[in-house]
Amino acid sequence: MKHFKNLSAPYVVWALIFIVVSLFMVIFYAFTGETGQFTTQHFVRFFSGSTLGTLFQSLKIALISTVICLIIGYPLAYIIAMSTSGRYRATAIMLIVIPMWMNFLLRTYAWVTILSKNGILNSLLRMVGLGPLDILYTDWAVVLGMVYNFLPFMILPIYTVLEKMDQGLIEAAADLGCNKVLTFVKVIFPLSLPGVVSGVAMVFIPAISTFEITALLGGNKTNLIGNVIEQQFTVTGDWHYGSAISVVLMLFLLVSLFFTDREERDKVHASASDMVDTHQDVAFPETNQQEVHYD
Amino acid sequence: MKKYGLKIVVAICLVAILCVTSSCSDKAQNEKNIVNIYNWGEYIDKDLLTKFEEETGVKVIYSNFNTNEDMYVKLKNGGSNYDVVVPSDYMIEKMSNEDMLRPINWKNVPNLKYVDREYLYHSYDPNQKYSAPFFWGTLGIVYNTTLVEDPVESWEILWNKKYERQIVMLDSSRDSIGIALALLGYSMNATDFDQLKEAEALLKEQYPLVYAYLVDQTKDIMINGEAALAVMYSGDAVEALSENEDLAYAIPLEGSNLWFDAMVIPANAQHPENAEKFINFMLAPENAAQNAEFIWYSIPSTAAKELLEEELQNSEVAYPPKKVLEKLEVFRDPGDMVKIYDDIWQEVKNQ
Repeated sequence: MKHFKNLSAPYVVWALIFIVVSLFMVIFYAFTGETGQFTTQHFVRFFSGSTLGTLFQSLKIALISTVICLIIGYPLAYIIAMSTSGRYRATAIMLIVIPMWMNFLLRTYAWVTILSKNGILNSLLRMVGLGPLDILYTDWAVVLGMVYNFLPFMILPIYTVLEKMDQGLIEAAADLGCNKVLTFVKVIFPLSLPGVVSGVAMVFIPAISTFEITALLGGNKTNLIGNVIEQQFTVTGDWHYGSAISVVLMLFLLVSLFFTDREERDKVHASASDMVDTHQDVAFPETNQQEVHYD
Repeated sequence: MKKYGLKIVVAICLVAILCVTSSCSDKAQNEKNIVNIYNWGEYIDKDLLTKFEEETGVKVIYSNFNTNEDMYVKLKNGGSNYDVVVPSDYMIEKMSNEDMLRPINWKNVPNLKYVDREYLYHSYDPNQKYSAPFFWGTLGIVYNTTLVEDPVESWEILWNKKYERQIVMLDSSRDSIGIALALLGYSMNATDFDQLKEAEALLKEQYPLVYAYLVDQTKDIMINGEAALAVMYSGDAVEALSENEDLAYAIPLEGSNLWFDAMVIPANAQHPENAEKFINFMLAPENAAQNAEFIWYSIPSTAAKELLEEELQNSEVAYPPKKVLEKLEVFRDPGDMVKIYDDIWQEVKNQ
């Protein structure tokens, strides 16, 4: 093990240069003006100006996308994880992962061809005699693009948690008189919450900061916080303001992560103790209790 | 931790050595006979670079930028040593105000004589001290004649409810606010806060009618007939019109933007003589014409224009009549106003 530690040195340097240093550069830019003096004017501008509206708009769209991802992703992960055939599970997961091997911009660009006025979708609709749909360059196209791109990030963590779940617990629930629905509500879902939490975070964070999807599928009509930041760097040339918005966004995500993390952990705790409380006659195997605690 | 520390030191040393050696090779390059060119993407016929190398024996190092601001930041922060850069008008004004440009020695650039008078001494370089025009163009409306029945003479048609979700605007605060200002009868370079607020209200009113705010994709949308009206630069318009004969281009009566991209030499250029050689080479009519046939944009020289294919030469899209040109306005460096423009643009799109 000691031997391997040495190998991490390049990684430490890498992390120092590309994560820590760049992070400090962003913070430095956020708090300085053009001449390098300390200032908080960028934050004042952010909280008093139109960008605040953009932030709420981004939160809304990211939230809708995350919820849709969860609604589609959870059942899918559940169905795959509950299959008894290992080969089926492996194939299903492969099918979810394979599209990610292709560049995500290319895949998003393909949607432009599908959704455009004379595109594939409308040609198909015309064939069955339905009117053309005008979806491209609307909020819904953006949500569609986000769900399409980020769905695997919701499915995979949930699948991992569900697959590793101790089948004994489910059997125990059944033995104690829970029907399938109740087993799901009282046992499976609470135990899968850590997967849900990381899935939600892995979808929500890229969704709120994306700017390519809004540009390609939203026609820049849906203005998200990522677009505003990009604009500051590439068009307005105001690195200080761009950095300040990035800092606000980072704080926002940190805080929300912290809360969801705590909340979900508490929930897992509560449901575990709840189970123990309501079924006092059943002694859970010690190991299981441990697992529940630290999950 | 101590062990880690040692490893980190070793690794940092390695990185440092790498940096030193690479800067050494930079130095070696500096002494060689080269010219370092920084241009927009897809803005030159690469055969011309080979031709230049053969003619002069100067080796070309060529790189691209995507926006004026990207280029500006790279030059401003130092560390780069470009010899020729091709920014737009307002950016040249900004850079010359900040002493970032080196005056061109016109004795070494005799081919300036081929550039027509009307493309020189504009507001961005009033004494023609720093820049040699590369391409120029206008801003106007490309429309599909099968979808638009009304005459396209005014910017007002972009506010016509009949064309709801058939209008493509430019995703550029400067151009879009400029259009609204022109429609209101103000200067496209307005800095008056009330005038800008009026323009903002107008653009907000237009938002529901707009299909999308795009730049590069507009051309394809118009060629495929997926929108009726689009704001486009003349160079892109020429290309779109050549691919779909239903399309037409109009410069609205209220006036529009006249833009230039021009070659300049940064103040810290290492090979200014080679830079002047290159600028002189690009101004030669046969080279300018070859580039224009490749890129489709307009060249500022009648001598070069006469060498173009008939069709391009006679295109009123690329070369509008002088009467139209007189009404056009070149963008000025907005200075700190750029933040106001940016905020207005956010407000318009936050709906």
